Amino acid sequence: MSEHGVVLFHTTSSAFRAERVLLAAGLEARLIPTPREFSSDCGMALRFDWGKRERVEELLREAEVEPAGVNAFSQ
Amino acid sequence: MIYLDHAATSWPKPPDVPQAMARFLEEAGGNPGRAGHSLSVEAGRRVYAAREAVAELFHVRNPLRVVFAANATQALNLALRGLLHPGDHVVTSSVEHNAVMRPLRALEREGVRLSIVPCAPDGLLDPAGVEQALTARTRLAVLTHASNVSGALQPVGEIAARVRKHGVFVLLDAAQTAGAVPLNLAILGVDLCAFTGHKGLLGPPGTGGLVLGEHFDPAGLEPLVRGGTGSHSEEEEQPDELPDKFESGTANGVGIAGLGAGVRWVRTRGVTALRAHELSLARRLREGLAAIPGVRVYGPREPERTVAIVSFTVAGRRVSEIGLRLDEEYGILCRVGLHCAPAAHRTLGTFPEGTVRFAPGPFTTPEEIDQALIALERIVRT
Repeated sequence: MSEHGVVLFHTTSSAFRAERVLLAAGLEARLIPTPREFSSDCGMALRFDWGKRERVEELLREAEVEPAGVNAFSQ
Repeated sequence: MIYLDHAATSWPKPPDVPQAMARFLEEAGGNPGRAGHSLSVEAGRRVYAAREAVAELFHVRNPLRVVFAANATQALNLALRGLLHPGDHVVTSSVEHNAVMRPLRALEREGVRLSIVPCAPDGLLDPAGVEQALTARTRLAVLTHASNVSGALQPVGEIAARVRKHGVFVLLDAAQTAGAVPLNLAILGVDLCAFTGHKGLLGPPGTGGLVLGEHFDPAGLEPLVRGGTGSHSEEEEQPDELPDKFESGTANGVGIAGLGAGVRWVRTRGVTALRAHELSLARRLREGLAAIPGVRVYGPREPERTVAIVSFTVAGRRVSEIGLRLDEEYGILCRVGLHCAPAAHRTLGTFPEGTVRFAPGPFTTPEEIDQALIALERIVRT
């Protein structure tokens, strides 16, 4: 099983923006309910391929999305 | 029936619009952006897609700079109340809608100073006149992009260039131009742009918003309404992030889904093509009206300085009588009177009686314009 990461957000709109940007860049991206082990106020988190972490963070910066956190997630 | 009241509300809508609204209710009934379950996610995704479509229409790169509101009026109130404080000076034109004038008059009573720059009798504003009205305390220039009475399309780019060099913000009321005139906020030099969903964007009533230009710092704008946003729930202070700072309470997801479909339809057709179609109808109307004895047409003569709104009066006849007879005898629907813009009518010299206003839209045909002209000619003769 490949390892996943999750991006946590401050607002739901930024979660949808991140989803669009990652998908448009051809990356795996799936909005999931925020896993319990992470505290985030936004009910949604974005699951991605942890191996693409640097590319994901670069895309978020370009899109002016400031994540509440980017964490490894083994599920 | 011939519908010539697109300046009030566009009708009919492209079929995509009611379909998107029904599908939102049927397939995405969750509260957009309040939970992580699949219905909420799908609702939020459709609201976001509409945000993206609006951002593309105004050529704004970041869709989070699109703030949804119930209509242009609410967006204008947000911008005016959020920016202006007692002691500030604000400049506007003499052809504004009450959506601008009433909030400004209320702010004036609270200590905001107001200058109203007169327009020419055709409704057009002289950019130099706006610059001359600025003072050291001027914070904002608020302008309608096109008059809902005369159709006059203001030279916003030139006005913005003149006032922005003095550090003055530009707020544009695009109620009559969003979807009808190409709009690029960066090229025009507009900081804030209020739009409505139910006119040229072909969406349902109850939608609209405020678009923040790329360089506008939202820290300088106070929210009009505060409340739940689904973010920072642990805080009792309003969050600073866009668009949540300005969007409290559950959004009109159904309406916004319809608005998104309307905007996508407009973008597929192309604003430039829609404008060419509507201007050709307006030209046909203006020429036909001018040929009817006793009819006086208002607004700029050059078509490129107008949107497809044609206001006229008939010598010796009440506008209410003409409107009623067009409706009852010919099934032609238009709007007569003051159009919520007494200042604009004072400028044109048509206050307090008002005008008859014909406003064609994307689905209006040249044949319908000809039928309206024939009907009016008969009414004038009898």
